[in-house]
Amino acid sequence: MIELDGVCRRYGAGPPALDDVTLRLARGETLAVIGPSGSGKSTLLNLLAGLDRPDEGTVTVDGLRVDRLSEAASARYRRSRVGLVFQFFNLLDDLTVADNVALPATLAGTARAAARHRAEDLLERLGIGRLARSYPGRLSGGERQRVGVARALVNRPPLLLADEPTGALDSAAAADVCELFAELHAEGQTIVLVTHDRALAGTLATRTVGLLDGRTVTPEVAR
Amino acid sequence: MSGLGRVVRAGVRRRRLTTVAVGLAVLMAVTAAVLGASLLVASAAPFDRAFAGQHGAHLTAQFDAAKLSPAQAAGTARVAGVTAAAGPFPVVLATPPDAAPLTLVGRAGPGGAVDDVALTDGRWPAGPGEIVLGADAPYTRTGGVLRFPGLPGSPAFTVVGHARSVSRTADSWVTPAALTAPTGYQMLYRFVDAGTDTRVDAARGRIAAAVPAGALTGARSWLVVRQDADRNTGIFVPFLTAFGLLALVMAVLIIGTVVTGAIGANIRRIGVLKALGCTPVQVTRAYAGQALIPATAGAGLGVVAGNALAVPVLAETNSVYGTASSGVAPGTDLLVVAGVLAVVAVAAIASAWRAGHLRTVQALAVGQRPVSRHGRAAAWIAARVPGPPQVGLGLSRPFARPARAVGLIAAVAFGAATVTFALGLAATTADVAAAKNHDLGAVLVRGGLQFLPRGQQPGTPPSPKPITGTPAQIGAAIAAQPGTRSYYARGETSVAVAGMSGTSDLYTFGGDASDAGYQMVTGRWFHGAGEAVAVSTFLRETGTRVGGTVTLQAQGRTVAVRIVGEVFDPHTDPEVLVDAATFPELTPDSYYVTPRPGTNTAAYLAGLRAAVTPYGMQVLTPEGTRSGTLLALNFLTGLLTVMLVVIAGLGVLNNVVLDTRDRTRDIGVCKALGMTPRRTTAMVLTSVLPAGLAGGLLGVPTGVALYARTAPAMGHAAGLDLPGQAVNVLHRPELAALVVAGPLIALLGAALPAGWAARTRTATALRTE
Ligand SMILES: Nc1ncnc2c1ncn2[C@@H]1O[C@H](COP(=O)(O)OP(=O)(O)O)[C@@H](O)[C@H]1O
Ligand SMILES: [Mg+2]
Repeated sequence: MIELDGVCRRYGAGPPALDDVTLRLARGETLAVIGPSGSGKSTLLNLLAGLDRPDEGTVTVDGLRVDRLSEAASARYRRSRVGLVFQFFNLLDDLTVADNVALPATLAGTARAAARHRAEDLLERLGIGRLARSYPGRLSGGERQRVGVARALVNRPPLLLADEPTGALDSAAAADVCELFAELHAEGQTIVLVTHDRALAGTLATRTVGLLDGRTVTPEVAR
Repeated sequence: MSGLGRVVRAGVRRRRLTTVAVGLAVLMAVTAAVLGASLLVASAAPFDRAFAGQHGAHLTAQFDAAKLSPAQAAGTARVAGVTAAAGPFPVVLATPPDAAPLTLVGRAGPGGAVDDVALTDGRWPAGPGEIVLGADAPYTRTGGVLRFPGLPGSPAFTVVGHARSVSRTADSWVTPAALTAPTGYQMLYRFVDAGTDTRVDAARGRIAAAVPAGALTGARSWLVVRQDADRNTGIFVPFLTAFGLLALVMAVLIIGTVVTGAIGANIRRIGVLKALGCTPVQVTRAYAGQALIPATAGAGLGVVAGNALAVPVLAETNSVYGTASSGVAPGTDLLVVAGVLAVVAVAAIASAWRAGHLRTVQALAVGQRPVSRHGRAAAWIAARVPGPPQVGLGLSRPFARPARAVGLIAAVAFGAATVTFALGLAATTADVAAAKNHDLGAVLVRGGLQFLPRGQQPGTPPSPKPITGTPAQIGAAIAAQPGTRSYYARGETSVAVAGMSGTSDLYTFGGDASDAGYQMVTGRWFHGAGEAVAVSTFLRETGTRVGGTVTLQAQGRTVAVRIVGEVFDPHTDPEVLVDAATFPELTPDSYYVTPRPGTNTAAYLAGLRAAVTPYGMQVLTPEGTRSGTLLALNFLTGLLTVMLVVIAGLGVLNNVVLDTRDRTRDIGVCKALGMTPRRTTAMVLTSVLPAGLAGGLLGVPTGVALYARTAPAMGHAAGLDLPGQAVNVLHRPELAALVVAGPLIALLGAALPAGWAARTRTATALRTE
């Protein structure tokens, strides 16, 4: 499902953030990318999401050359095939929880009522249905990340990308989110999970890749 | 504190956009304020200032060259009460072909203790073949040649420049040697006390007594010149003053919104600083400093820009006012810079103080703002506006940040109000100027030459040439001329009016007069004998109203006429206008001829001249479109309007730039969730539409209200009742179009930041704090 071939990404001078990364991932797998801070994990995820482009190499998702998409095409790619979960949630403060979750669906052209309906269902399923009408500013970290996951899933994307989803959470909330990902995996969701939390990677991942200074290494080396 | 200094410097460098926005706002504000203040200064007693600046002549006297020597004339400088004198300068009255006569004065240079003539272009005549024309003379450009067939040797002069004398001592200047046979000598005086007519008359008496009897042939008091000047410029003063004030208000508004907006965007950072132990006072000081650094740079550039723009604006203003003052006073620059920086400091301190006193938790929470009432309104709108999500998200934005929306509305409203106001005033002023020049479009056929051109000394009557044809003969000659479309004959005399002290001017109209280009304030034009129309001065001085009857005494006859209308004429001497049938015995001396459109002017004038010269008539070329005042006013209105609108647009830009920066992360999130660049642009553009529309809806009525108060005030300042046509210039379709201009201004200002928002790399946007 995912093929990265010889991917390089440099920011200005200095060592590249990603250096000749090659990766394969099959449908239904959960890949954990682990590595210390600054090793290039977010950069890798951004390339998969089409948020950024590699300087060299190719990124193919579901047969689609993500690295060659125009801005508009990559936006369409994201809303149809990718769900994004962020470390710091990135919820829109001015929208209710339900509207936040429904937003990607309306962007994808789903009618507003249908999108809201689906959002509320999803929130219910994630156990936070009662928060649908609240605003993100009032929620705890764990609740916010559940909203973030719900938003990522609302378009039923084949690929879920999560960048340190537990990074801003205390251990109880982190465990909660971890459980959520485990359930999604059990349902067959393809997931790429970026984390520096080995325990999380250990419990969830079908496969783990280490990153160190932009190069793929065995997980044991990436510490 | 040095740590905080570093915070300030880092803030100036890192928050480059905010810094640029503040600097730009101050630049625009200072530019606008320099121009506005210069206009206000120029509009404050323009005549008096120019008169003082040029050491104007309190008395312009002319002596008969046949009755005294130049030395005797010069001796009058020693008369009691004279503090300064200039002259004697030789004078002749000379007539260029096809034009009114000019007073030619021989002067070695423009300067002197009295009447420091200001060159508006070119240089002073250096030899006998050169001439400087009055700046408002429509005759000839620099480099052109002017012939005076009536002077000995019919000399020709090359125009080497134009100049303006506030005291109006001459129409043109040549070197003294160029006037070989002067008919008179001009002396210019300043007196110890020339404040009243009595004082000036007394001084005139002393001068007359110091020369042989009858040698003083004419003398004009500066009070007469001043009254004339004030009448002429009175109407323009409120207009330009209003523009000056608008520019100043604009300056304050821009600074206020941008500075407070810039600091409002920093509340979270202020929270961090406070959490680290900064006191509110330190925070306030830091942010005032952070705003003042770019403000000072902007002010410096603004002074340069303002002074550069002031050059054309003041040149035109001078030509409207008939004054000749130079550039922006350094005092004005200083005052503007100090004032603007003070406004920046106050705005910065006030908003930083507010932020500094927010509870720190609240300030820190700004990133994830607790839900307020606005927040709910925004969410409600975003969730319910039909159509694609970017529309709802865009429309909800002003409700999420109401303070910023208010700034945006203010900028747009200001722009819309300015345009409305400017259009109204420009139309009115153009109307007035057109009314003033109502007969300039016509070819004038004149006989007798009894009239005095402006600036000519009274007491030097040109030798009148008698009219040798009857009105019927002259009329037939004009009508027979191929290319003549219509003409009317005008006679002029003084008339005594029962119940009014002094005399009034009486004009009779014969032929195809219709309304002779006059506009009616009230009532209608006269039809036949026994009816009259009059200007407001006449009605006021005789105590009559439209519908009343007055008794006129002229040509040895007494005639009662009914006033059927008030005509608009900005010359404020009392005038009454009647049909020629009311005073058939009055011989018309002027014929106003309108040629058919498309007629070859030169050939037509030549033919007409040949036809009427045998009757002792002269043909004067029409001046119509050359009205310098009207052109200057249109230029000024256009320039000032464009400038104020550009500033309003930049105000919007500034506002949207800051707002877009605030939303970088949110926009990044939307793009990460699949919003295309085009939709992102649409979202940012939609976000300014409500404010644009509100601004238009607010600004246009404000402009109309402002106009409705100013236009009649303009009239009253000049002692005029403006005709309805001149004050009802704003019509509904135009106003509707102006309301639409509000959103347009907003969209224009938002276009650039909307483009940025769409182009920013999403990954970068998401990294912003
Ligand atoms: N937009 C950017 N501009 C410059 N450098 C960047 C940018 N994004 C990431 N980097 C650099 O690339 C490297 C990898 O960053 P990132 O992928 O965010 O690491 P991680 O997520 O593993 O902590 C770091 O050294 C970081 O400083
Ligand atoms: Mg990261």
